[in-house]
Order: sequence, then structure tokens, then C-alpha cells
Amino acid sequence: MDYMEIDKSQLDEILAKHKLTKEDYEHIVKILGRAPNLVELGIFSAMWSEHCSYKSSKCYLKGFPTEAPWVIQGPGENAGVIDIGEGMAAVFKMESHNHPSFIEPYQGAATGVGGILRDVFTMGARPVANLNAIRFAHVKGNDEVAKLHKHLLSGVVAGIAGYGNCIGVPTIGGESAFEDSYKGNILVNAFSLGVCPQDEIFYAKAEGVGNPVIYVGSKTGRDGLGGAVMSSDSFKEGDEDQRPTVQVGDPFTEKLLMEACLELFKTDYIVGIQDMGAAGLTSSSFEMASKSGSGLKMYLDKVPMREEGMNPYELMLSESQERMLICAKKGYEDKVIEIFKKWDLDAEVIGEVTDTGKVELYWYGEKVAEVPVGPITDEAPELCRPVKEPEYLKTIKNVEIPDVNLQEAFEKLMAESEVVDKAWIYEQYDSMVQTNTVDTKRADGSVIRVKENNKFLGMSCDCNARFNYINPRLGAAAAVMEAGRNVAVKKIIPKAITDCLNYGNPENPEIMWQFKEGCEGIKEACRALNTPVVSGNVSLYNENEGEGVYPTPEIAMVGVGEDFRTTELKNDGNTVYILGETKPEFGGSLYLKIFGGKVAGEHPEVDFEKELKLWEVLQSDLIKSAKDISTGGLAIAAYKWACVSNKGLDINVKVQNPKDIFAESLSRAFVEVAPEDEEAFEKLCREKGIYFEKVGIVGGDKIKINGVEVNLEKAKDVYFNTFPKIMKNIHDFADDFL
Amino acid sequence: MKVGVIVFPGTNCDRDTKWAFEKIGAKVDFVWHTEHSLKEYDIIVLPGGFSYGDYLRSGAIARFSPVMQNVAEFAKKGGYVLGICNGFQILLESHLLPGAMTRNENLHFISKFHHLKVIDNNNKFLQNLNVNDIVNIPIAHAEGNYKVDDNTLKEMYDNGQVLLKYCDENGNELNPNGSVDSIAGICNKEKNVFGLMPHPERAMESILGGIDGIKMIEGFFK
Repeated sequence: MDYMEIDKSQLDEILAKHKLTKEDYEHIVKILGRAPNLVELGIFSAMWSEHCSYKSSKCYLKGFPTEAPWVIQGPGENAGVIDIGEGMAAVFKMESHNHPSFIEPYQGAATGVGGILRDVFTMGARPVANLNAIRFAHVKGNDEVAKLHKHLLSGVVAGIAGYGNCIGVPTIGGESAFEDSYKGNILVNAFSLGVCPQDEIFYAKAEGVGNPVIYVGSKTGRDGLGGAVMSSDSFKEGDEDQRPTVQVGDPFTEKLLMEACLELFKTDYIVGIQDMGAAGLTSSSFEMASKSGSGLKMYLDKVPMREEGMNPYELMLSESQERMLICAKKGYEDKVIEIFKKWDLDAEVIGEVTDTGKVELYWYGEKVAEVPVGPITDEAPELCRPVKEPEYLKTIKNVEIPDVNLQEAFEKLMAESEVVDKAWIYEQYDSMVQTNTVDTKRADGSVIRVKENNKFLGMSCDCNARFNYINPRLGAAAAVMEAGRNVAVKKIIPKAITDCLNYGNPENPEIMWQFKEGCEGIKEACRALNTPVVSGNVSLYNENEGEGVYPTPEIAMVGVGEDFRTTELKNDGNTVYILGETKPEFGGSLYLKIFGGKVAGEHPEVDFEKELKLWEVLQSDLIKSAKDISTGGLAIAAYKWACVSNKGLDINVKVQNPKDIFAESLSRAFVEVAPEDEEAFEKLCREKGIYFEKVGIVGGDKIKINGVEVNLEKAKDVYFNTFPKIMKNIHDFADDFL
Repeated sequence: MKVGVIVFPGTNCDRDTKWAFEKIGAKVDFVWHTEHSLKEYDIIVLPGGFSYGDYLRSGAIARFSPVMQNVAEFAKKGGYVLGICNGFQILLESHLLPGAMTRNENLHFISKFHHLKVIDNNNKFLQNLNVNDIVNIPIAHAEGNYKVDDNTLKEMYDNGQVLLKYCDENGNELNPNGSVDSIAGICNKEKNVFGLMPHPERAMESILGGIDGIKMIEGFFK
């Protein structure tokens, strides 16, 4: 291949720029039977990047439970698919956009949302709900870190809002957390869920010799060039220069692309479709060909281009947003193009399917690359990187739990950034468009109604990163448990998860150990709880100046119900029960972080059987409302429950030590039961063999928990008005747009 | 009752609006922005969303869509036109309603249920409600900060064109976005063109958080 020949004297430098090793290069030469040119090297570099090939993580991702009678499509496609009854399916996935969001928070977060939406509607489903999990360093105060992270938070929220609101998909929930381990590397994980009839699901394949390959959507520019390679890089000083590698989102074009695709899916004109996400045209074309063992010929000069002077290398690696690759049935190309023209979008036939098993690229008649499809996907490097239990774990087990005046402790925790209401964030998201959002009080999971089958879908994304720091395996399992519990308290049965595994530098054996342990924890939990993994994403190299972020396996659980239950307390005089035992478990707790200044200790006990029984009891019609108990313990759960319900609570829970009201034992929930149902409810708990305790009553103008009490009005003031105060009087990202 | 819901590129409340009007028994068609005939409709609705991505200024490009000429003619002949959110913004940009929209005072998108007070019910749209009634309807916009010059505002009050104001649950004025006099909805002098920022089509069912939207849009059915 004479085109763009590589200058041998500069080979080392070129390989380094492409993040390929000498061994990789030799492997490429072996696959091709000759030296690659620059276009081909770029293709290998993108396909073998951490982002596309999962080369560091693959060896530990094996063995995830991915099957259940209700799973229609597990990992391997653009998104996972489950059966939600009456011929309908839910299509969902979560993905990270951490590195771009740290460089350019608005566009980084916006394109994260755009990318995950495309993964969902590419499969034929109309996106109906988004969630977002976002993590920053502390934002409270006026120090430099707080100022920077307020700016990042403002930008990320504006970006999520700017994209999701415009396209008309409600953002119905999510979580935010603040730990200084994210100081130099924030986390932005975007989840989207779509709904479609089961017989209208589309897959990413290109087959049938002579079938046309059609490019649709935005024109290709130089934005995001090499993004997949960049996102697998840790941040160093001077990274401001990377700004041009962040893609720029255009939600308006994506809205048109989505409507055009959904219109196209109602026809039978196409064979398959793939979104051009990371590594753009390269990954979409190779993935489509590899699914069916076909080959492709593409004429790159036919690709709609935004700027002049682009070359094949740039076209193959650009990450311009809002683009799709379609394999149509021969003879239907004009009909496909007509639909996209109606929506004012570019659509060009740029190639055809062959039976050569190779992707062949042409540039004005000249062949500029020829790469076999099988080897580039099947023989991608797999690095079973060494693992080693981190040293720090040995030093954090034994920790003294400080004693603090209970009332003072309660009032302090009530106002923590992590605890208080986040209307400042979620009211910037359109949460009600599509008229399906049925649970508008933001507590625990989120629920939408599906008009097509009158079912309810519950979803929640969760991860306690402190738990994962002190025990990566149990912490990951606890994330699955919590996400499921947040769905179960809504009277929805948890069905399947998608995950976003955010870890540090895999070249560090201690980080790789955290990752391996995290995967094991998820596998154990998902198997025991019968909630398979149907899709997911790995994000590595989340670190700053050598320190990894806390291991953060974000878990999004999706469940299906015939009915749903809102979180609000329903009636004064109703009885409150606690389900699950409260033990003096303070490892990784908020209490220990705030009053002991550490993230340390033993992880709370993980018992899947107890968790599963709790989920079962939570499905009972006898329960009027329910509240998950997690961060901050039962006291903080009761406080939040009372505030969102605007009702007082008077409860007294049996504990070993008074401060255990802040302990974070797992598998617990509060429930509200009418006095006349107490007997039946207790019978149910006994039958299921679950620990229960009648702890108090709904009503009054105070929140009373064991020894502590606070006026409901004062509690509401703290709960609802603290976060706006933290964010107030600072540079607001929106100012940048004036 | 035949309702035409106009769809511009970027409109995203078209399906919600159709669903809401069908819920109270109307026959609803989507009208693509390049179409021209509106004769068969009893009411034309410009739904919410981000026509043309809100680029330049919300509603500024949509007003030049081919169908807007026909909407203007339809209104001139006395046909009922309702603009919700982005639809309201388009009606302002088209000068079918007086005033203009600017960015919310806090510069953020705001999405939440908000109470509204009925200021005038002497019109088709709000005839099912009483003056001073309080309804609870979702708002979801970044540019809902309504502005109009003092003289026009006075005329609007005199003519009964100021229809809805933002308030708290007790009816005290509460302004989420900086609108002049907390105005949330208005109509033209002839009282056949209506615009409001809140989304009545999102308050049609108790599980969605309220049914006050029904009382509003049912007015067109009397």
C-alpha cells in the first residue's frame, strides 16, 4: 500500500502517538503480511485502543451472568434488551464520558448523553428515560478545588440538560457524589433506556454481497480526532491542549437523526445499522462486518465532509457526532435516502458489502487500505495484566469510630452535600416530557409508565465509592444490591443491570486488582439476585498524578412492575417498620468520613439472601410507602423520607450503641403500613423469614429518631435549601453562553 | 373536534400534545412544517420543544417555516391557535402575540410543577376555570422570561389578554423566571390566539402529578 507510507525512521514516535507497542506493530505486520500504511496503523490503533478493545479488562469481564428468560440481548450489541411484557422490550445501556467532561464539561457531558441515546435508538427503540451519575471533588467552600468543581458541576449539568432537554428525552434520576479522589478526574456516567416492540429490534450487522452501505447524519469534520485513544490516557499537567479532541454535540441534528431512524425502522429497507461512536467510521464499519463475517468496500471520497482538505486517515478516525452507518437492502437505497432528506440530513451511499472478509478503503479510485476484519477484532491484544492486593487495604481495617454528640452529629450530617436535595441539579433537566414520568419526588429510584403495555419501569443507578475503596469486591456487590433495593422500594421487580466500571490505571497491579475484585463482586451479586448484566462499559485510567479514583462500579438496575409506589409517606397515624437488622457497621460510612476524617474500616456484611427476601417483601400491597436505608444510616433515611413527604416521623429503633442510627448496614428499608394491616404485614415478614421491627408512627411536626429530634420545618429548610446555597454566588457555567 | 399539531424539525412535545387532546376525545393530525392546508382544523396547536434546536433564539427560525404563513392566515380568519412553550415562543416571534421572550433570570433551564393563577377567563381557552383559580402545571423552559413594553402591557390588561400568572400554592405571586408581572400565559386582542409557557398536556393524569391540564384544554371543546 503506497498511500501514506510510514517513514521507518520515525516508526517509534509514530507508534507512541498511536499508543501501540513494538509487539503490536509486529502483530499488525503479521496480520497484513506487510507493513501497514498510516491509514491502516490508525485503524489498528483505534480498534485496539482500551476504549474499543477492552484489552485490559476483557480477561476479567468473562463470566458475567448474562442470561435469564427475560433477557433478549446481552452484552455485545449497542445496548442490552429485556422483555417487559406483551411483546414490548426495554433497551438500555450506560456509558462513561469522564475524560472529555473534565477537559470541557459542557460538551463532554452533552456528547456523553448524545452517545448513549444513539446506542439505544440504533437498536430500534425510542429513548424514554435518561439517568446520570456524576461525581466530583467537594464543592462546598471557597477553596480552589471547590471553585473548580462547582464550575465542572455547573458545566456538566448544563451539558446534560442542553442535550437531553433538546432531544426530548426526560432525565428522571441519577446520583451525584463528592469525594476528593475525583479531584483531577470527575466521573460522568450517562444511562439511557428505550422502548420498542420486540419484533422491531435492529442489530449492527452488514451482510448480503452487493448491499449498499449508507452514511447518514452530520457531516464529518476533524473534531474528536483520536478521541478513543485520548480517553484511555491519564491527565497530566498541560492537558488544556487536548480540548480539540473533545467532540462538539448538536442535539438538534441528533433529534432529526433519531426521528429519521425511527421512521426508517418502520420500513423493511435495511439489514443493519450501527452508530458511529468512539473511533467513528473505523469501529462502526469493522463491527458491522465482523458480526456477519462479511467484507466491506468503502469509497471515502463519498463521505460528506464538513471541511476541505480532509484525508482518509482523518475520515476513518474522526469522532464527529450524530452519524450512523446503515447497511440497506439492494435497490432500497433511494428510499432510505429520501427519509433522511425529509429530515434535512446527509445520506450518501459510500460503499457495499463484499464476501472478502476484508475492509477495503478507496480514495478517488486508489486503494488506500486493506485490512482483514476477523483478525483485527478477534486478535486484538488481551492483556491479562498482573494484579496485586493494594497495600493501603492492610492499614485501614482497624479504625476507631468516634463518639460525637448524637444531636450535633445528626444536624451536621443533615446538611452534607451528599445527603441534601439536589433540585439545583435535577430541575435543570426536563423530567416530564413524553408524559410518562410517574414518580416526581426525587428519592430512591425513578419510575416511568409504558403506554404501550401499561407496565411500569423502575430504574436506579448507584454506587457507594467509599465501600468500593475499603473492599472492591463487596463494594461492587453492594452497588448491585442498593440499585436493586432502590427499584424494589417502588414496588418494581429488579430484572437486569447495565454497568459502568470506572477505575484507575490498569498498568498499576493494585488498580487491576480492584478492577478484578469489582468484577467478581458484580458477578456474585448478579447471579445471586438473578439480575443479569445485559450491557456495560469500562472506563480505565481515571486518575490524576498517579492516584487512582476510588473504584467506582456504577450499577444501573432496571425493573418491571404491574404497579408502582411513590416514596412519600401517605397518612398520619400509619405505622413505621424497619426491615433488616441494624448493626454497628461503620466501615466506609458517611459518619466515619465526616467525624473520623477517614474512609476506612470493614465493609458491612453482604448477604444476598437477605437482600432478595427484602425485595420480595417490598412487593407487598400492604406497604403504603417505603424508603431505602443507605448513606448516613437510618437517621438520614428517616430525615429524607419526612422531608420529601412533608410529614413528621416519630421512631425508635433498637440498636446496640446510640450512634448506630448512623451505621450503614445493608439490606434495610423503612416501610409505612396502615394500623389495620399490621397483623397481616407481620405475618408476611415472618413467612419470608425477614427481620422486622415496629419502630414508630407517621405524623407530627417533628422528626424524632431515638435520641435526636428536629423540627420538620427546619429539617425541610436544610434539606431543600442547602445545595443552592453551596452553589450560589459563584461563577455559573451558564454565564459563558451570554 | 379536529386538532392540527404542527411539527417543526426539533419539536419534541408533538406526541404528548396529540396524546393529551386525544385523551379528551379530539381527532388529532400531525402537520409537517412544509405543509400548507389547515382548513379542516378547528384548532391549531404549536407544541413545545426545540424547533431548529433553539438556534439563534427560540422560535426565531421556525417563524419562517412555510406552514407559519398559513397559521397566520388561519388566525386572521378567527381560527383558534394555541402555542405551548416553544409554540408560544414561535407565536411571539411571528408577531401573532405581543411581547418577546428572554432567558430565565437564573440562566438555567427550569423543570418542575408550578402553580398558576387564572387572571382572566373571558376567553375560549380558560372558560372552564374561574378567575383566581389556582392550577398546578409543569413548566420546562430556559427562555420563559416574558417581556413587553409598558403601554402594550397596559392595553393587554385592559383587553383581558393577560391570562395566567405564576404563583405559589396559596395564590401569592411567585416568579420562577423573571417574567414581567409573573406572566405565564396571554392571548391576542381578538382572543383566538393563545400562548403559555407551562405544559397543560403534561398534567392530564393523576399519576403524572395532576389533572389540571384537562380543565384548561377542555375549554376548546365547549
